Amino acid sequence: MQETERELKALMLLGLDGDAVAQSRLLSELSTLLKYFFARRLGRDDGDVEDLVQDCLIAVHVKRETFDRSGLFTPWAYAIARYKLIDHYRRKRVRSWSPLDEASELFAPDWTDDAMHARDVNRLLDGLPAKQREAIRRTRIEGLSTEEAAAATGMSPSLVKVSVHRGLKALMAKVGKGGEDADR
Amino acid sequence: MRTDDLIARLAAETGVVRPHAVERRVALHLMLGGAAAVVLLVVLLGLRPDMVEAAGTVTFWMKFGFTALVGALGVAAACRLARPGATLKPAFWIAAATPFLVIGGMAVVELLAVAPADRRAVWLGSSWQTCPAWILVVSAPVLLAVTLSMRRFAPTRPALTGLVLGMAAGGVGATVYGLHCQENAAAFLATWYVLGMAIVGALGAAIGPRALRW
Repeated sequence: MQETERELKALMLLGLDGDAVAQSRLLSELSTLLKYFFARRLGRDDGDVEDLVQDCLIAVHVKRETFDRSGLFTPWAYAIARYKLIDHYRRKRVRSWSPLDEASELFAPDWTDDAMHARDVNRLLDGLPAKQREAIRRTRIEGLSTEEAAAATGMSPSLVKVSVHRGLKALMAKVGKGGEDADR
Repeated sequence: MRTDDLIARLAAETGVVRPHAVERRVALHLMLGGAAAVVLLVVLLGLRPDMVEAAGTVTFWMKFGFTALVGALGVAAACRLARPGATLKPAFWIAAATPFLVIGGMAVVELLAVAPADRRAVWLGSSWQTCPAWILVVSAPVLLAVTLSMRRFAPTRPALTGLVLGMAAGGVGATVYGLHCQENAAAFLATWYVLGMAIVGALGAAIGPRALRW
């Protein structure tokens, strides 16, 4: 993860200075990550995955001005991906969602990650205090490390850890079962 | 289109992005919007007749400083929220509350020093009925300009971004309006100027989710 961050950020900085080769490499490496990101959430065979990847690549390219050179690349790119994903859900208007008592599976390692589940997660997360929500999103959903999540949110690493822990506990209490699956 | 072709096409248009591109663009739009606000003010209302003398008084600059500070905080927050995934830290809200608390405190002190019978007159001044509306009018071009600049960026909190854009525009607009308005009482500023800026802020928050989609 940190290796990827270093490499992608270096490419991004070169791209900002006008290096088209670096920019092209950045976008292709990113397209792989994005494909994984969306496939994990929509299901691998979802026809929208490719569209979303392309949508994100365009956004990453045309919104390059908003990248903070002193900041991290991956949180920036995933923030774009997340925005596009939410936008996608909104446009699709997922009509129904699975009952809450199934949501505990979301935090188990083999979660199925389809659109409805992701929506459930969002609904659940929305009920948490902002810090916990943010910490869980960054570490459990976007897959950032504690340090990266800390850098992305401006919290200290220990606060991120504590927030994730408390947040998951609160979620489990809400969902009402499956607490032992939560803390992986 | 295949993703590889898309990447090739995008990469072919890899221009140089100057450092602080966000801040530069916001600053440019802010200047254009601010200039439009000044023109609007001069055409519709005119400068205060005692402008030259007023510029030598502390009260003029206190008022100027208050509204300009609100605008500056809004601009700073907007530059931050222009970036995807960005949020505002609690420190920002503390900073943003400070000028309002200070002016509110000054208003209380001022009103306590005035005879109870005169308090109402100090508070309402002579233009309380029109002040908030004029601030809205003068702020409108600023709000338009900064909202347009933000559309180039990637805010992921559109309502909040709209709110701080409204705060930026309201602060700048109120500062410009202060070039016409002769009210000096802190109680007046703390109520009618704040109300005017709040309306602009609310307008920004209302249009944000629609205007700032990308």
